[in-house]
Amino acid sequence: MTDTAIDTTNFINGYELVVGLEVHAELATKTKVFCSCPNMFGDEPNTNVCPVCLGLPGSLPVLNHQVVELAIRLGLALNCSVHSSVFHRKNYFYPDMPKDYQVTQYDQPIDREGYLDLPSGKRIGIERAHLEEDTGKSTHIGGGGGRIHGSEYSMVDYNRAGIPLLEIVGKPDIRTSEEAKQYMAELQEILIATGVSDAKMEEGSMRCDANVSVHKFGTEFGTRCEIKNLNSLRSLGKAIEYEARRQIILIEDGERIRQETRHWSDVDSRTHTLRVKENADDYRYFLEPDLVPIVPGDVWIDAVRQALPVLPAARRHKVADAIRSTITDETVIVLVQRGWDALLFDCIAAGADPQRAATHLQHNVPPDGPTPTPATLTALTKLEAEGKITATQAKTLMADIVAAGGDADPAALAKARGFEAMASDALEGTVDAAIAAQPDAWAKYVAGEEKAMGALVGAIMKTTKGQADGKAVTALLQQRRSTAQ
Amino acid sequence: MNAVEIAAAVQRGTRSAVSVVDEHLAVISQREGDVHAFNLVLADQARSAAAAIDARIAAGQQVGPLAGVPLAVKDNMCTRGIPTTCSSKILEGWKPPYTATAVERLVAAGAIPIGKTNLDEFAMGSSTENSAFGPTRNPRDLSRVPGGSSGGSAAAVAAGFAPVSIGSDTGGSIRQPASLCGVVGVKPTYGLVSRYGLIAFASSLDQIGPFTTTVHDSALLLEVMGGHDHRDSTSLPSAMPPMTAVLGHGVQGLRVGRITNLPDGADPDVVARIDAAFLALEKEGAVLVDVEIPSFSFALTSYYLIAPAEASSNLARYDGVRYGLRVDDVDTAQMNASTRSAGFGAEVKRRIMLGTYALSAGYYDAYYGKALKVRRLMADDFAKAYQQADVLLTPASPSVAFPFGSKTADPLSMYLCDLYTIPSNLCGHPGMSVPFGTGADGLPVGVQILAPALGESEMFRTAAVLEASMA
Repeated sequence: MTDTAIDTTNFINGYELVVGLEVHAELATKTKVFCSCPNMFGDEPNTNVCPVCLGLPGSLPVLNHQVVELAIRLGLALNCSVHSSVFHRKNYFYPDMPKDYQVTQYDQPIDREGYLDLPSGKRIGIERAHLEEDTGKSTHIGGGGGRIHGSEYSMVDYNRAGIPLLEIVGKPDIRTSEEAKQYMAELQEILIATGVSDAKMEEGSMRCDANVSVHKFGTEFGTRCEIKNLNSLRSLGKAIEYEARRQIILIEDGERIRQETRHWSDVDSRTHTLRVKENADDYRYFLEPDLVPIVPGDVWIDAVRQALPVLPAARRHKVADAIRSTITDETVIVLVQRGWDALLFDCIAAGADPQRAATHLQHNVPPDGPTPTPATLTALTKLEAEGKITATQAKTLMADIVAAGGDADPAALAKARGFEAMASDALEGTVDAAIAAQPDAWAKYVAGEEKAMGALVGAIMKTTKGQADGKAVTALLQQRRSTAQ
Repeated sequence: MNAVEIAAAVQRGTRSAVSVVDEHLAVISQREGDVHAFNLVLADQARSAAAAIDARIAAGQQVGPLAGVPLAVKDNMCTRGIPTTCSSKILEGWKPPYTATAVERLVAAGAIPIGKTNLDEFAMGSSTENSAFGPTRNPRDLSRVPGGSSGGSAAAVAAGFAPVSIGSDTGGSIRQPASLCGVVGVKPTYGLVSRYGLIAFASSLDQIGPFTTTVHDSALLLEVMGGHDHRDSTSLPSAMPPMTAVLGHGVQGLRVGRITNLPDGADPDVVARIDAAFLALEKEGAVLVDVEIPSFSFALTSYYLIAPAEASSNLARYDGVRYGLRVDDVDTAQMNASTRSAGFGAEVKRRIMLGTYALSAGYYDAYYGKALKVRRLMADDFAKAYQQADVLLTPASPSVAFPFGSKTADPLSMYLCDLYTIPSNLCGHPGMSVPFGTGADGLPVGVQILAPALGESEMFRTAAVLEASMA
C-alpha cells in the first residue's frame, strides 16, 4: 500500500470493500468475571453457577482481579493505551441474560486506540477493547434452523453466563476478505501467545462479527451491515465476499442498502436478515452502581508490560531470519503458533541444519504430543546431512523419537530399524535392473517424458523397501539418461 | 426487655433463649392478627435456634453478644431456604439458596430470626400500603399506617413482637417508619453494612439498618452486622467508627446544626418537637449553629429520577424465566410482559416506567444526567455544612402517622414523606430517627439526626443524649 497511488487490485466492479471486525474473546481466567464459579468449557450444563452469575435477587458482582490483568495485557499487546475505566449496565430483555442487563464497559473502556500489524505489514487500527460478561447459551428446540423464531421451546445453559469477555473493536481499515482472515488469525496468535484467551473459534471462545459495506471509490463509506454467526475463518471470508456481492448488486440495481444485522448460514452460504436497525437500539446505559471504578496504576501497568511475552510477529521475524532459506511462511507461522521457535533455536545452536529441523517440527511432530529434545533433533538432522539415512527414514525415526517421549539416540534407533542408506554401487545396480525391467518407461523417459520417471522410481523404491535415497535415485536416472541420449 | 438486657440474661443463664422466643411468639399470637407486621412467622425455626443457644450455654460454650435476641427481618433480605418475597406476587414462593450477609452476621452473634416482615412492594412506598399481601397497621394506632417501606420491621419492634429488627433505607424507609412507630431506626453510612443478599431497589442508595427500642441496641446491632464484606464491592474497607463505646460521651461542645433553608412541609406539632430537641441538646452543652444547604429542595426530584432509574434495571430480572411467577404466553417476550403485568403492583410499575423513561436516549441528559449533577451538588453543599456542624437535626417525617388511604390517591403527597430523609441517601451519609415525645393525637414524633459519612459516633452520642433527656 502506498499513500500516493490507489491500489485498485482489490476493487470489485469499481467498488471498494470496507470491513471492520468486532471480536469477542473469552478470557482464560480460572473463575468467572464477577463470581468464583469455574470458567470451564464443555461441563455439564448449569453446573458452574451460583447466585451471582445466575443474577439471583440480592446477589452482587465482585470484579475478578485476573480479568483486569488480562485486559491490560491484551491492551499493551495491541499497542493500546490503558485507562481507568468503569462498568455500565446495558439493559435489554433476553432469556439467556440472567439479570436482563449486561454488565459491560461503555464510554470508558479500559483499552483505547491501538493497532495490529498484519504479516503483510498492513496496519489495522484498534478502536478499543472493553470488558464485559458473557451471557448464557440458548439452545432452541423445534422449528427450523435452531433459531428462536418458530422454535417450540428453548433451553439455557448458564455455565457461560459471567464468563469474562474482551470485545476488541477494530477500525474499518480492512479492505479484502483475505485481510479480514489475516487479522483474525493474527489476533488469535496474540491472544494465545499472551495467555489472554485460548481463542478457539470452534468452541466459541473467540467470536467475530463483521461490519461490511461497499462504496465507489471517491464516495463516502456505504451503509454497513453487521454479519453474525461467523464461526471459522472460512465462514468469515465467504460471508464477507457474499455480502459484498449482495450489496454491489443491490446498488447496481438502484436500491438502497438497509442497515441491518444479518446472519451467515454455512448451510446455503448466504447471509440472511436477522433484524433491521431502523433506529438505534436504546439500551439505557448507566453506570453500574454495584461496582467501583477500575483504576490500574502505572506500577501495575508497567509490571504487566515487563512481563509481556515476545509477540508472534517478532518471533516469526526471528525464525525467518534464522532459517534464511526457502522455507515457507506457513512453516514459520506454524512453529511460532506451536511455541516451538525456542526449540528450533536450541537445535540451530547445537549445529542442526535449520531447514531440516524446521521441516521435521512442522510435518513430523504431532502438535499435541511430546517434542524431541534439541540434542535428539540435532542428531537426527546430522544423520541426514551425512547421508547415513534418507529423508523418508528420518521421518520414520522421528515417529519413533516422539513415541519414545522425545529424548532418544537417533543412531541407535536407525540401527534397530536396519536403516542404513544404501551404498551407491548397490543403488546403481538396482537402478539398472529397473531400467532393464521397464524398457517402455525408460524409452519414454529418454524421449523427454519426465513423468515416465515415476514408474522407474516407484519400482526402485519397491525393490529397496523405501530405503533408497530419493535424491540419489533421481540423480542416477538423470545421469543414465544423459548417457543414453 | 431490650436486646442488651436479653443477651445479658441469656448469657448469665437467668433466662433461657427458648423462654425469650416463646414470650415473643405469645405477643405475636395475641396481636399479629391486628398489626400484620409479618409475611411469615418462623415459630419452629426460632424455637429450635433458641434451644441450640441454650444447649451451647449449658455446655459452657461461648455465645455471641446477641445470644437469644429475637430478630425480625424485612422480607427483602435473603434467608436461605425461607421464602423471601419483597411483598410482591412476582417473587411469591421463591426460596433463596443463600442468606444475606447482615442476617448471617446477626445470627452468628446469637440473634434468632423470628419472622420476615411486611414492606411496601420492593421497598417502594412510605406506608406499607403497597404490599401485595395487605398493609401493616401501626401498633400505636391501628387506624394509621406504620410508615414504610420497612413498616413491618418498625411495627414488629413497636408491638413487642421482637426486641430488634432490620430494615432497608433507600430514601427514608427505616427512619420514617421508626418515627411513625416510635422506635429508634438507623440508616448507616453507605457501605457500612453489606448489601449482599438485600434485594436491590436502588443499589446506590440502599442501606440496611436496625430498628430497636433503645439507642444502645441500635449501636450494638450495627457493630455486629457492619464492617467490610468482600461479597459487596461497595462495602467500605475502612474500620467502623466506634458506636457503643461512645454512647456515654455526651454532647458537650458538639456543634448541632439547624438547616435554615429546610423546605417547609412539616406539621407544627412535629416542628415543635424538633425545636425541643435542639433545646435539650443545648442544655447538655451542645453548640447550636445555623447552616445552609442550598440544594436541599432539589433532593426529592433528583431522588425520584435516580431511584426509579436504578430500579428499572434492578427489577428487569423478574421476567418469569427462572423463578417466581410465570404467566405463559405466545412467545418469550409476551411471557415476560404478561408475567410482569400480573406480578408487579401499581407503584412498582409506576417507578419502572419513570426510570425507563429517565434513562432513555434523548431524555437521559435532561433527567437522569441532571439528577446526578444535583446529587454531586448536594454532596458539596453538605460537605460545606459539615465544616460548621458535627450533626444536623431535622424532622424524620413531616407528620405523625397518617390514616390509611389518606395519601394513596396522590403519589406525590406520599413521595413528600421522604422530604427530609432523602438527602442522606443521595450523599451516602448516615441518619437516624430517635423517638422524642409525641405530637398530634399523642402519636410519636422522631427527631432525625444527620451526620457526614462515617460520622456514626457523633450521631449516636447525640441520640443517646436525646433519649436520656426523655427518660
